[in-house]
Amino acid sequence: MSKDMMSAFELYQPDTVEGAVELLGRFGADGWALAGGNDSFDWFKDRVKRPKYVVDLGGIASLKGIRETPDGGVEIGALTTLTEIERSEVIKGRYKVLADAARRVASPQIRNSGTIGGNVNQDARCWYYRYGVDCYRAGGNTCYADTPEGQNREHCLWGADRCVAVSPSDTAPALVALDATMVVLGPGGQREVKAEEFFIGPNIDIERMTVLEDGDVLTAIKLPAEWSGARFYFEKVADRNTWDFPLVNVAAAMKVSGAAGSETVDAIRIVAGAVQCVPRRLTVVEEVVRGQAKTAETASLAGQSAVRGATPLNFNHFKIPLLQNLVTRAIRDA
Amino acid sequence: MADNTNGRNLPEPRFDTFVSKATSRRNFIKGVIFSGAAASGAAYLFTIGGCSRESGSAGGVERLLTLNVNGQMRPVDVAPNETLAMTLRYRLGLTGTKLGCDRGECGACTVLVDGVASYSCSTLTHSVRSRAITTIEGLEGANGELHKVQQAMIDELGPQCGFCTPGQIMSAVALLNENPNPTRDEVRHALSGNLCRCGAYDHYLNAVMRAAGNGERLSQA
Repeated sequence: MSKDMMSAFELYQPDTVEGAVELLGRFGADGWALAGGNDSFDWFKDRVKRPKYVVDLGGIASLKGIRETPDGGVEIGALTTLTEIERSEVIKGRYKVLADAARRVASPQIRNSGTIGGNVNQDARCWYYRYGVDCYRAGGNTCYADTPEGQNREHCLWGADRCVAVSPSDTAPALVALDATMVVLGPGGQREVKAEEFFIGPNIDIERMTVLEDGDVLTAIKLPAEWSGARFYFEKVADRNTWDFPLVNVAAAMKVSGAAGSETVDAIRIVAGAVQCVPRRLTVVEEVVRGQAKTAETASLAGQSAVRGATPLNFNHFKIPLLQNLVTRAIRDA
Repeated sequence: MADNTNGRNLPEPRFDTFVSKATSRRNFIKGVIFSGAAASGAAYLFTIGGCSRESGSAGGVERLLTLNVNGQMRPVDVAPNETLAMTLRYRLGLTGTKLGCDRGECGACTVLVDGVASYSCSTLTHSVRSRAITTIEGLEGANGELHKVQQAMIDELGPQCGFCTPGQIMSAVALLNENPNPTRDEVRHALSGNLCRCGAYDHYLNAVMRAAGNGERLSQA
Protein backbone atom coordinates (compact mmCIF):
# COMPACT_ATOMS: atom_id res chain seq x y z
CA MET A 1 0.00 0.00 0.00
CA SER A 2 1.60 3.21 -1.12
CA LYS A 3 1.42 6.00 1.42
CA ASP A 4 1.87 9.72 1.27
CA MET A 5 3.98 12.03 3.41
CA MET A 6 3.16 12.75 7.02
CA SER A 7 0.47 15.37 7.40
CA ALA A 8 1.71 18.77 8.42
CA PHE A 9 2.45 19.74 12.01
CA GLU A 10 4.25 22.47 13.86
CA LEU A 11 7.52 21.26 15.32
CA TYR A 12 8.82 22.46 18.68
CA GLN A 13 12.31 21.57 19.85
CA PRO A 14 12.64 22.72 23.47
CA ASP A 15 15.99 22.68 25.30
CA THR A 16 14.55 21.93 28.73
CA VAL A 17 12.13 19.35 30.02
CA GLU A 18 10.16 22.09 31.80
CA GLY A 19 9.72 23.79 28.44
CA ALA A 20 8.50 20.54 26.90
CA VAL A 21 5.99 19.96 29.70
CA GLU A 22 4.73 23.53 29.41
CA LEU A 23 4.23 23.14 25.63
CA LEU A 24 2.58 19.73 25.91
CA GLY A 25 0.30 20.99 28.68
CA ARG A 26 -0.73 23.91 26.50
CA PHE A 27 -1.41 21.76 23.40
CA GLY A 28 -3.30 19.03 25.24
CA ALA A 29 -4.80 16.46 22.88
CA ASP A 30 -3.43 18.31 19.83
CA GLY A 31 0.15 17.80 21.05
CA TRP A 32 2.47 14.84 20.68
CA ALA A 33 5.68 14.09 22.59
CA LEU A 34 8.30 12.77 20.17
CA ALA A 35 11.27 10.71 21.35
CA GLY A 36 13.11 8.56 18.77
CA GLY A 37 10.10 8.71 16.47
CA ASN A 38 10.17 5.09 15.35
CA ASP A 39 6.62 4.51 16.59
CA SER A 40 5.34 8.05 16.06
CA PHE A 41 6.25 8.36 12.38
CA ASP A 42 4.34 5.18 11.49
CA TRP A 43 1.21 6.73 12.94
CA PHE A 44 1.85 10.04 11.17
CA LYS A 45 2.66 8.49 7.78
CA ASP A 46 -0.40 6.29 7.93
CA ARG A 47 -2.41 9.42 8.81
CA VAL A 48 -4.08 7.57 11.65
CA LYS A 49 -2.80 10.07 14.21
CA ARG A 50 -2.47 13.66 13.12
CA PRO A 51 -1.23 15.88 15.93
CA LYS A 52 -1.06 19.60 15.18
CA TYR A 53 1.94 20.18 17.42
CA VAL A 54 4.88 17.83 17.80
CA VAL A 55 7.29 18.43 20.67
CA ASP A 56 10.65 16.85 19.89
CA LEU A 57 12.31 15.84 23.18
CA GLY A 58 15.55 14.84 21.40
CA GLY A 59 17.36 18.11 22.13
CA ILE A 60 16.93 17.97 25.92
CA ALA A 61 20.34 17.03 27.30
CA SER A 62 19.07 16.38 30.85
CA LEU A 63 16.93 13.49 29.58
CA LYS A 64 19.95 11.56 28.34
CA GLY A 65 22.56 9.40 29.95
CA ILE A 66 23.09 6.68 32.54
CA ARG A 67 24.08 7.82 36.04
CA GLU A 68 24.92 5.88 39.17
CA THR A 69 23.04 7.37 42.12
CA PRO A 70 24.22 7.85 45.74
CA ASP A 71 21.73 5.24 47.00
CA GLY A 72 23.54 2.56 45.01
CA GLY A 73 21.06 2.44 42.16
CA VAL A 74 21.22 3.67 38.59
CA GLU A 75 19.17 6.36 36.88
CA ILE A 76 18.61 6.21 33.13
CA GLY A 77 17.41 9.30 31.29
CA ALA A 78 14.28 8.52 29.30
CA LEU A 79 15.85 9.72 26.03
CA THR A 80 18.86 7.40 26.38
CA THR A 81 19.05 5.24 23.28
CA LEU A 82 18.64 1.48 23.40
CA THR A 83 22.13 1.13 21.87
CA GLU A 84 23.63 3.11 24.76
CA ILE A 85 21.84 0.86 27.25
CA GLU A 86 22.86 -2.29 25.41
CA ARG A 87 26.52 -1.20 25.48
CA SER A 88 26.67 0.48 28.88
CA GLU A 89 29.23 -1.19 31.14
CA VAL A 90 27.17 -0.23 34.19
CA ILE A 91 23.98 -1.79 32.85
CA LYS A 92 25.76 -4.85 31.48
CA GLY A 93 27.60 -5.33 34.75
CA ARG A 94 24.80 -4.67 37.24
CA TYR A 95 21.46 -5.02 35.45
CA LYS A 96 22.28 -7.35 32.58
CA VAL A 97 18.63 -8.30 32.03
CA LEU A 98 17.96 -4.77 30.78
CA ALA A 99 20.98 -4.76 28.44
CA ASP A 100 19.88 -8.14 27.07
CA ALA A 101 16.33 -6.89 26.55
CA ALA A 102 17.51 -3.68 24.84
CA ARG A 103 19.70 -5.73 22.50
CA ARG A 104 16.69 -7.71 21.32
CA VAL A 105 14.62 -4.68 20.30
CA ALA A 106 13.91 -4.25 16.58
CA SER A 107 17.05 -3.63 14.47
CA PRO A 108 20.45 -1.96 15.04
CA GLN A 109 19.38 1.29 13.36
CA ILE A 110 16.17 1.43 15.39
CA ARG A 111 18.14 0.84 18.60
CA ASN A 112 20.50 3.66 17.55
CA SER A 113 17.66 6.19 17.50
CA GLY A 114 15.05 4.45 19.64
CA THR A 115 14.97 5.43 23.31
CA ILE A 116 14.11 3.56 26.49
CA GLY A 117 11.34 6.07 27.19
CA GLY A 118 9.90 5.60 23.71
CA ASN A 119 10.19 1.85 23.98
CA VAL A 120 8.11 1.65 27.14
CA ASN A 121 5.60 4.22 25.88
CA GLN A 122 5.05 2.74 22.43
CA ASP A 123 1.48 2.04 21.46
CA ALA A 124 -0.19 -1.35 20.91
CA ARG A 125 0.78 -3.27 17.79
CA CYS A 126 -2.65 -4.81 17.11
CA TRP A 127 -2.81 -4.52 13.35
CA TYR A 128 -6.50 -3.64 13.29
CA TYR A 129 -5.83 -0.73 15.62
CA ARG A 130 -2.75 0.27 13.60
CA TYR A 131 -4.77 0.13 10.40
CA GLY A 132 -6.91 2.95 11.69
CA VAL A 133 -10.25 1.20 12.17
CA ASP A 134 -12.65 2.48 14.83
CA CYS A 135 -11.88 -0.20 17.39
CA TYR A 136 -12.38 0.22 21.15
CA ARG A 137 -8.82 1.43 21.61
CA ALA A 138 -9.34 4.05 18.90
CA GLY A 139 -12.51 5.28 20.58
CA GLY A 140 -15.01 3.08 18.73
CA ASN A 141 -17.17 0.22 19.95
CA THR A 142 -15.86 -2.90 18.19
CA CYS A 143 -12.90 -5.23 18.55
CA TYR A 144 -11.83 -6.57 15.18
CA ALA A 145 -9.21 -8.95 16.57
CA ASP A 146 -11.46 -10.92 18.92
CA THR A 147 -13.95 -12.25 16.37
CA PRO A 148 -14.26 -15.77 14.88
CA GLU A 149 -12.22 -14.71 11.84
CA GLY A 150 -10.08 -12.09 13.59
CA GLN A 151 -6.35 -12.68 13.26
CA ASN A 152 -5.20 -12.68 16.86
CA ARG A 153 -2.07 -14.83 16.83
CA GLU A 154 -0.11 -12.01 18.51
CA HIS A 155 -2.79 -11.09 21.04
CA CYS A 156 -3.35 -11.67 24.73
CA LEU A 157 -3.79 -14.63 27.06
CA TRP A 158 -4.90 -12.56 30.05
CA GLY A 159 -6.65 -9.32 30.85
CA ALA A 160 -8.91 -9.04 27.81
CA ASP A 161 -11.45 -6.29 28.34
CA ARG A 162 -13.02 -5.41 24.97
CA CYS A 163 -9.41 -4.89 23.68
CA VAL A 164 -7.09 -7.93 23.35
CA ALA A 165 -3.86 -6.10 22.42
CA VAL A 166 -0.63 -6.87 24.29
CA SER A 167 2.28 -4.89 25.66
CA PRO A 168 4.79 -4.91 22.77
CA SER A 169 7.88 -3.78 24.64
CA ASP A 170 10.99 -5.88 25.28
CA THR A 171 12.44 -3.55 27.89
CA ALA A 172 9.22 -3.16 29.92
CA PRO A 173 9.28 -6.71 31.39
CA ALA A 174 12.94 -6.22 32.31
CA LEU A 175 12.12 -2.94 34.09
CA VAL A 176 9.26 -4.54 36.03
CA ALA A 177 11.52 -7.48 36.95
CA LEU A 178 14.10 -4.99 38.25
CA ASP A 179 11.40 -3.20 40.27
CA ALA A 180 12.25 0.06 38.50
CA THR A 181 10.67 3.41 39.30
CA MET A 182 9.47 5.74 36.56
CA VAL A 183 9.94 9.48 37.11
CA VAL A 184 7.20 11.53 35.47
CA LEU A 185 7.09 15.31 35.08
CA GLY A 186 3.70 16.81 34.32
CA PRO A 187 1.81 20.08 34.58
CA GLY A 188 1.15 19.23 38.26
CA GLY A 189 4.81 18.63 39.08
CA GLN A 190 6.99 15.57 39.41
CA ARG A 191 5.79 12.15 40.57
CA GLU A 192 7.26 8.68 40.79
CA VAL A 193 5.44 5.54 39.72
CA LYS A 194 6.56 1.93 40.12
CA ALA A 195 7.14 0.30 36.73
CA GLU A 196 4.57 -2.30 37.70
CA GLU A 197 1.91 0.39 38.06
CA PHE A 198 3.14 2.52 35.15
CA PHE A 199 1.52 0.21 32.59
CA ILE A 200 -2.26 0.04 32.56
CA GLY A 201 -4.73 -2.33 30.96
CA PRO A 202 -7.95 -1.67 29.04
CA ASN A 203 -9.95 -2.10 32.25
CA ILE A 204 -8.38 1.11 33.55
CA ASP A 205 -8.19 3.12 30.32
CA ILE A 206 -8.70 1.45 26.98
CA GLU A 207 -7.10 4.30 25.02
CA ARG A 208 -3.78 4.49 26.87
CA MET A 209 -1.15 1.90 27.75
CA THR A 210 0.59 3.84 30.51
CA VAL A 211 -0.40 6.23 33.27
CA LEU A 212 0.98 9.17 31.26
CA GLU A 213 -1.66 11.76 30.44
CA ASP A 214 -1.56 14.73 28.08
CA GLY A 215 1.29 16.98 29.16
CA ASP A 216 3.18 14.28 31.07
CA VAL A 217 6.75 13.39 30.13
CA LEU A 218 8.61 10.33 31.40
CA THR A 219 11.95 11.87 32.36
CA ALA A 220 13.95 9.04 33.94
CA ILE A 221 13.89 5.43 35.04
CA LYS A 222 15.47 4.48 38.36
CA LEU A 223 16.85 1.00 38.93
CA PRO A 224 17.07 0.11 42.63
CA ALA A 225 20.26 -1.10 44.29
CA GLU A 226 18.32 -4.09 45.57
CA TRP A 227 18.56 -6.04 42.32
CA SER A 228 22.01 -4.86 41.26
CA GLY A 229 24.18 -7.81 40.30
CA ALA A 230 21.45 -10.41 40.82
CA ARG A 231 21.05 -13.49 38.62
CA PHE A 232 19.16 -12.57 35.47
CA TYR A 233 17.40 -14.18 32.56
CA PHE A 234 15.90 -12.66 29.42
CA GLU A 235 14.53 -14.47 26.43
CA LYS A 236 12.40 -13.26 23.56
CA VAL A 237 10.72 -15.37 20.93
CA ALA A 238 9.64 -13.60 17.75
CA ASP A 239 8.96 -14.65 14.18
CA ARG A 240 12.23 -13.06 13.02
CA ASN A 241 15.24 -12.18 15.12
CA THR A 242 15.31 -8.64 13.74
CA TRP A 243 12.48 -6.09 13.76
CA ASP A 244 9.72 -8.32 15.04
CA PHE A 245 7.87 -7.69 18.26
CA PRO A 246 7.82 -10.50 20.82
CA LEU A 247 5.35 -13.34 20.59
CA VAL A 248 6.34 -13.91 24.21
CA ASN A 249 9.29 -12.60 26.19
CA VAL A 250 10.35 -13.35 29.75
CA ALA A 251 12.56 -11.34 32.11
CA ALA A 252 13.64 -12.61 35.52
CA ALA A 253 15.77 -11.34 38.40
CA MET A 254 16.72 -13.87 41.05
CA LYS A 255 18.83 -14.10 44.21
CA VAL A 256 20.16 -17.47 45.23
CA SER A 257 22.23 -18.86 48.11
CA GLY A 258 24.09 -22.09 48.64
CA ALA A 259 26.77 -23.90 46.71
CA ALA A 260 26.56 -24.37 42.96
CA GLY A 261 24.41 -27.39 42.24
CA SER A 262 22.39 -27.13 45.43
CA GLU A 263 21.22 -23.52 45.30
CA THR A 264 18.12 -22.15 46.94
CA VAL A 265 16.10 -19.31 45.46
CA ASP A 266 15.86 -16.59 48.09
CA ALA A 267 14.12 -13.90 46.09
CA ILE A 268 12.72 -13.62 42.59
CA ARG A 269 10.79 -11.33 40.30
CA ILE A 270 9.70 -12.75 36.96
CA VAL A 271 7.69 -10.97 34.27
CA ALA A 272 6.32 -11.96 30.86
CA GLY A 273 5.65 -9.59 27.95
CA ALA A 274 3.25 -9.87 25.00
CA VAL A 275 0.74 -12.03 26.92
CA GLN A 276 -1.33 -9.21 28.42
CA CYS A 277 -1.85 -5.49 27.83
CA VAL A 278 0.68 -4.84 30.60
CA PRO A 279 3.93 -6.67 31.36
CA ARG A 280 2.55 -9.60 33.37
CA ARG A 281 4.28 -10.16 36.68
CA LEU A 282 4.11 -13.89 37.33
CA THR A 283 3.48 -13.72 41.08
CA VAL A 284 2.30 -17.34 41.20
CA VAL A 285 5.64 -18.47 39.79
CA GLU A 286 7.46 -16.30 42.31
CA GLU A 287 5.54 -17.95 45.15
CA VAL A 288 6.15 -21.44 43.78
CA VAL A 289 9.89 -20.85 43.42
CA ARG A 290 10.76 -18.71 46.44
CA GLY A 291 12.56 -20.67 49.13
CA GLN A 292 12.82 -23.75 46.92
CA ALA A 293 15.87 -25.59 45.64
CA LYS A 294 16.82 -24.36 42.17
CA THR A 295 16.26 -27.70 40.47
CA ALA A 296 14.80 -28.92 37.20
CA GLU A 297 11.74 -30.02 39.16
CA THR A 298 11.15 -26.54 40.57
CA ALA A 299 11.66 -25.05 37.12
CA SER A 300 9.15 -27.43 35.60
CA LEU A 301 6.61 -26.65 38.31
CA ALA A 302 7.21 -22.94 37.77
CA GLY A 303 6.52 -23.30 34.05
CA GLN A 304 3.26 -25.12 34.72
CA SER A 305 2.11 -22.54 37.24
CA ALA A 306 2.95 -19.67 34.88
CA VAL A 307 0.18 -20.53 32.46
CA ARG A 308 -2.61 -21.19 34.95
CA GLY A 309 -5.72 -19.25 34.01
CA ALA A 310 -4.52 -18.38 30.52
CA THR A 311 -7.47 -17.74 28.21
CA PRO A 312 -6.36 -18.11 24.61
CA LEU A 313 -8.11 -16.56 21.62
CA ASN A 314 -8.69 -18.44 18.36
CA PHE A 315 -5.14 -18.31 17.01
CA ASN A 316 -2.80 -17.84 19.96
CA HIS A 317 -2.99 -21.15 21.82
CA PHE A 318 0.67 -21.68 20.96
CA LYS A 319 1.61 -18.93 23.40
CA ILE A 320 0.69 -21.16 26.35
CA PRO A 321 3.38 -23.85 25.88
CA LEU A 322 5.74 -21.11 24.69
CA LEU A 323 5.34 -19.16 27.93
CA GLN A 324 5.54 -22.35 29.97
CA ASN A 325 8.85 -23.31 28.35
CA LEU A 326 10.34 -19.83 28.64
CA VAL A 327 9.52 -19.68 32.35
CA THR A 328 10.93 -23.17 32.92
CA ARG A 329 14.15 -22.14 31.21
CA ALA A 330 14.30 -18.86 33.13
CA ILE A 331 14.16 -20.66 36.48
CA ARG A 332 16.54 -23.39 35.36
CA ASP A 333 19.14 -21.18 33.64
CA ALA A 334 19.09 -17.87 35.53
CA MET B 1 -9.69 12.44 28.96
CA ALA B 2 -12.47 10.36 27.48
CA ASP B 3 -13.22 12.61 24.53
CA ASN B 4 -9.93 14.24 23.73
CA THR B 5 -7.73 11.46 22.37
CA ASN B 6 -6.15 11.84 19.01
CA GLY B 7 -7.98 8.82 17.67
CA ARG B 8 -11.44 10.05 18.56
CA ASN B 9 -10.97 13.52 17.13
CA LEU B 10 -9.97 12.39 13.65
CA PRO B 11 -11.82 14.63 11.22
CA GLU B 12 -12.82 11.63 9.11
CA PRO B 13 -12.54 7.87 9.44
CA ARG B 14 -9.44 6.33 8.04
CA PHE B 15 -11.05 4.81 4.97
CA ASP B 16 -12.14 8.22 3.76
CA THR B 17 -8.54 9.32 3.77
CA PHE B 18 -7.84 6.79 1.05
CA VAL B 19 -10.26 8.65 -1.18
CA SER B 20 -8.76 12.05 -0.54
CA LYS B 21 -5.25 10.72 -0.92
CA ALA B 22 -6.13 9.09 -4.22
CA THR B 23 -7.26 12.48 -5.47
CA SER B 24 -4.11 14.25 -4.43
CA ARG B 25 -2.01 11.49 -5.92
CA ARG B 26 -3.86 11.81 -9.20
CA ASN B 27 -3.23 15.54 -9.20
CA PHE B 28 0.38 14.90 -8.46
CA ILE B 29 0.70 12.50 -11.37
CA LYS B 30 -0.85 15.07 -13.69
CA GLY B 31 1.62 17.58 -12.34
CA VAL B 32 4.68 15.51 -13.08
CA ILE B 33 3.43 14.65 -16.57
CA PHE B 34 3.11 18.31 -17.43
CA SER B 35 6.44 19.20 -15.92
CA GLY B 36 8.07 16.30 -17.70
CA ALA B 37 9.59 14.96 -14.49
CA ALA B 38 8.08 11.51 -14.45
CA ALA B 39 8.87 9.19 -11.60
CA SER B 40 8.52 5.45 -11.96
CA GLY B 41 7.26 3.04 -9.34
CA ALA B 42 4.55 3.65 -6.81
CA ALA B 43 7.09 3.92 -4.02
CA TYR B 44 8.50 7.01 -5.66
CA LEU B 45 5.27 8.94 -5.77
CA PHE B 46 6.52 11.13 -2.98
CA THR B 47 6.58 14.82 -3.41
CA ILE B 48 8.03 17.51 -1.23
CA GLY B 49 5.13 19.67 -2.34
CA GLY B 50 2.91 17.21 -0.49
CA CYS B 51 3.70 18.77 2.83
CA SER B 52 2.92 22.35 1.90
CA ARG B 53 -0.26 21.34 0.11
CA GLU B 54 -1.65 20.42 3.49
CA SER B 55 -1.64 24.10 4.32
CA GLY B 56 -5.18 23.88 5.68
CA SER B 57 -3.86 22.42 8.90
CA ALA B 58 -1.42 23.87 11.39
CA GLY B 59 2.29 24.05 10.75
CA GLY B 60 4.03 23.26 7.50
CA VAL B 61 6.25 26.34 7.49
CA GLU B 62 9.54 25.59 5.78
CA ARG B 63 12.67 26.89 7.43
CA LEU B 64 16.10 27.44 5.95
CA LEU B 65 18.63 25.11 7.57
CA THR B 66 22.27 24.53 6.87
CA LEU B 67 22.92 20.82 6.84
CA ASN B 68 26.34 19.24 7.08
CA VAL B 69 26.08 16.58 4.36
CA ASN B 70 29.17 14.68 3.27
CA GLY B 71 31.39 17.40 4.69
CA GLN B 72 29.67 20.20 2.78
CA MET B 73 27.47 22.84 4.39
CA ARG B 74 24.27 22.74 2.34
CA PRO B 75 21.59 25.41 2.83
CA VAL B 76 18.15 23.92 2.28
CA ASP B 77 14.50 24.76 3.02
CA VAL B 78 13.00 22.04 5.21
CA ALA B 79 9.40 21.48 6.31
CA PRO B 80 8.79 20.42 9.95
CA ASN B 81 7.35 17.05 8.90
CA GLU B 82 10.11 16.29 6.41
CA THR B 83 12.25 13.20 6.86
CA LEU B 84 15.96 13.19 6.20
CA ALA B 85 15.43 10.73 3.33
CA MET B 86 13.09 13.24 1.67
CA THR B 87 15.52 16.11 2.13
CA LEU B 88 18.47 14.14 0.80
CA ARG B 89 16.68 12.74 -2.23
CA TYR B 90 14.30 15.46 -3.28
CA ARG B 91 15.91 18.68 -2.05
CA LEU B 92 19.60 17.89 -2.33
CA GLY B 93 19.46 15.43 -5.23
CA LEU B 94 21.36 12.75 -3.34
CA THR B 95 19.38 9.85 -4.75
CA GLY B 96 21.93 7.23 -3.74
CA THR B 97 19.96 6.94 -0.51
CA LYS B 98 17.00 4.71 -1.38
CA LEU B 99 13.47 4.68 0.00
CA GLY B 100 12.22 1.12 0.29
CA CYS B 101 9.45 0.87 2.87
CA ASP B 102 9.55 4.42 4.35
CA ARG B 103 8.69 2.74 7.67
CA GLY B 104 12.04 1.79 9.22
CA GLU B 105 11.48 -1.83 8.23
CA CYS B 106 13.96 -2.39 5.38
CA GLY B 107 17.15 -0.35 5.82
CA ALA B 108 17.48 0.90 2.21
CA CYS B 109 17.55 4.50 3.48
CA THR B 110 20.41 3.95 5.97
CA VAL B 111 22.79 6.92 6.32
CA LEU B 112 25.31 7.88 8.97
CA VAL B 113 24.42 10.59 11.49
CA ASP B 114 27.58 11.52 13.39
CA GLY B 115 28.92 8.15 12.26
CA VAL B 116 25.93 6.17 13.59
CA ALA B 117 23.82 4.12 11.16
CA SER B 118 20.32 5.59 11.06
CA TYR B 119 17.17 5.11 9.03
CA SER B 120 16.83 8.44 7.21
CA CYS B 121 13.13 7.69 6.55
CA SER B 122 12.55 7.71 10.31
CA THR B 123 14.55 10.82 11.17
CA LEU B 124 13.19 14.35 11.01
CA THR B 125 15.63 16.58 9.14
CA HIS B 126 15.11 19.31 11.74
CA SER B 127 16.40 16.97 14.45
CA VAL B 128 19.80 16.49 12.74
CA ARG B 129 20.56 20.05 11.78
CA SER B 130 23.68 20.26 13.93
CA ARG B 131 24.92 16.76 13.07
CA ALA B 132 27.28 15.42 10.40
CA ILE B 133 25.39 13.38 7.82
CA THR B 134 27.15 10.93 5.52
CA THR B 135 25.41 9.33 2.56
CA ILE B 136 26.65 6.78 0.06
CA GLU B 137 27.76 9.71 -2.14
CA GLY B 138 30.11 10.86 0.62
CA LEU B 139 32.15 7.68 0.85
CA GLU B 140 34.45 8.22 -2.11
CA GLY B 141 38.03 9.26 -1.51
CA ALA B 142 39.68 12.57 -2.36
CA ASN B 143 40.39 11.46 -5.93
CA GLY B 144 37.05 9.83 -6.51
CA GLU B 145 38.23 6.33 -5.65
CA LEU B 146 35.70 3.97 -4.15
CA HIS B 147 35.55 3.30 -0.41
CA LYS B 148 37.03 -0.07 0.46
CA VAL B 149 33.57 -1.45 1.26
CA GLN B 150 32.28 -0.32 -2.13
CA GLN B 151 35.28 -1.85 -3.90
CA ALA B 152 34.87 -5.09 -1.96
CA MET B 153 31.19 -5.21 -2.99
CA ILE B 154 32.33 -5.20 -6.63
CA ASP B 155 35.12 -7.72 -6.06
CA GLU B 156 32.82 -10.12 -4.22
CA LEU B 157 29.82 -9.57 -6.53
CA GLY B 158 27.97 -8.52 -3.38
CA PRO B 159 24.75 -7.04 -4.76
CA GLN B 160 22.26 -8.72 -7.05
CA CYS B 161 19.68 -6.08 -8.02
CA GLY B 162 21.52 -3.44 -6.01
CA PHE B 163 18.60 -1.53 -4.53
CA CYS B 164 19.45 -2.28 -0.91
CA THR B 165 23.21 -1.97 -1.49
CA PRO B 166 23.73 1.68 -0.47
CA GLY B 167 22.03 0.95 2.85
CA GLN B 168 24.01 -2.25 3.36
CA ILE B 169 27.23 -0.37 2.63
CA MET B 170 26.42 2.42 5.09
CA SER B 171 25.73 -0.12 7.85
CA ALA B 172 29.00 -1.87 7.03
CA VAL B 173 30.96 1.39 7.06
CA ALA B 174 29.50 2.30 10.46
CA LEU B 175 30.60 -1.09 11.77
CA LEU B 176 34.14 -0.96 10.33
CA ASN B 177 34.70 2.58 11.64
CA GLU B 178 33.99 1.27 15.11
CA ASN B 179 35.34 -2.26 14.81
CA PRO B 180 37.86 -2.58 11.95
CA ASN B 181 38.36 -6.30 12.46
CA PRO B 182 34.91 -7.83 12.99
CA THR B 183 34.00 -11.49 13.05
CA ARG B 184 31.52 -12.77 10.51
CA ASP B 185 28.87 -12.90 13.23
CA GLU B 186 29.53 -9.29 14.20
CA VAL B 187 29.05 -8.28 10.56
CA ARG B 188 25.86 -10.32 10.39
CA HIS B 189 24.59 -8.52 13.47
CA ALA B 190 25.56 -5.08 12.12
CA LEU B 191 23.78 -5.71 8.81
CA SER B 192 20.71 -7.26 10.44
CA GLY B 193 18.77 -4.00 10.04
CA ASN B 194 19.04 -4.14 6.24
CA LEU B 195 16.76 -6.38 4.20
CA CYS B 196 17.79 -7.82 0.83
CA ARG B 197 14.94 -9.26 -1.22
CA CYS B 198 17.40 -10.94 -3.60
CA GLY B 199 18.74 -12.82 -0.59
CA ALA B 200 22.34 -11.84 -1.32
CA TYR B 201 23.16 -11.74 2.38
CA ASP B 202 26.09 -14.11 2.22
CA HIS B 203 27.64 -12.15 -0.65
CA TYR B 204 27.33 -8.98 1.40
CA LEU B 205 29.01 -10.69 4.32
CA ASN B 206 31.83 -11.86 2.04
CA ALA B 207 32.31 -8.32 0.79
CA VAL B 208 32.41 -6.76 4.24
CA MET B 209 34.87 -9.40 5.47
CA ARG B 210 37.06 -8.66 2.45
CA ALA B 211 36.85 -4.92 3.09
CA ALA B 212 37.95 -5.58 6.67
CA GLY B 213 41.00 -7.41 5.34
CA ASN B 214 39.57 -10.68 6.56
CA GLY B 215 39.13 -12.21 3.14
CA GLU B 216 41.16 -15.23 4.13
CA ARG B 217 38.56 -15.96 6.82
CA LEU B 218 35.75 -16.27 4.28
CA SER B 219 35.96 -20.02 4.40
CA GLN B 220 34.78 -19.94 7.99
CA ALA B 221 31.27 -19.21 6.76
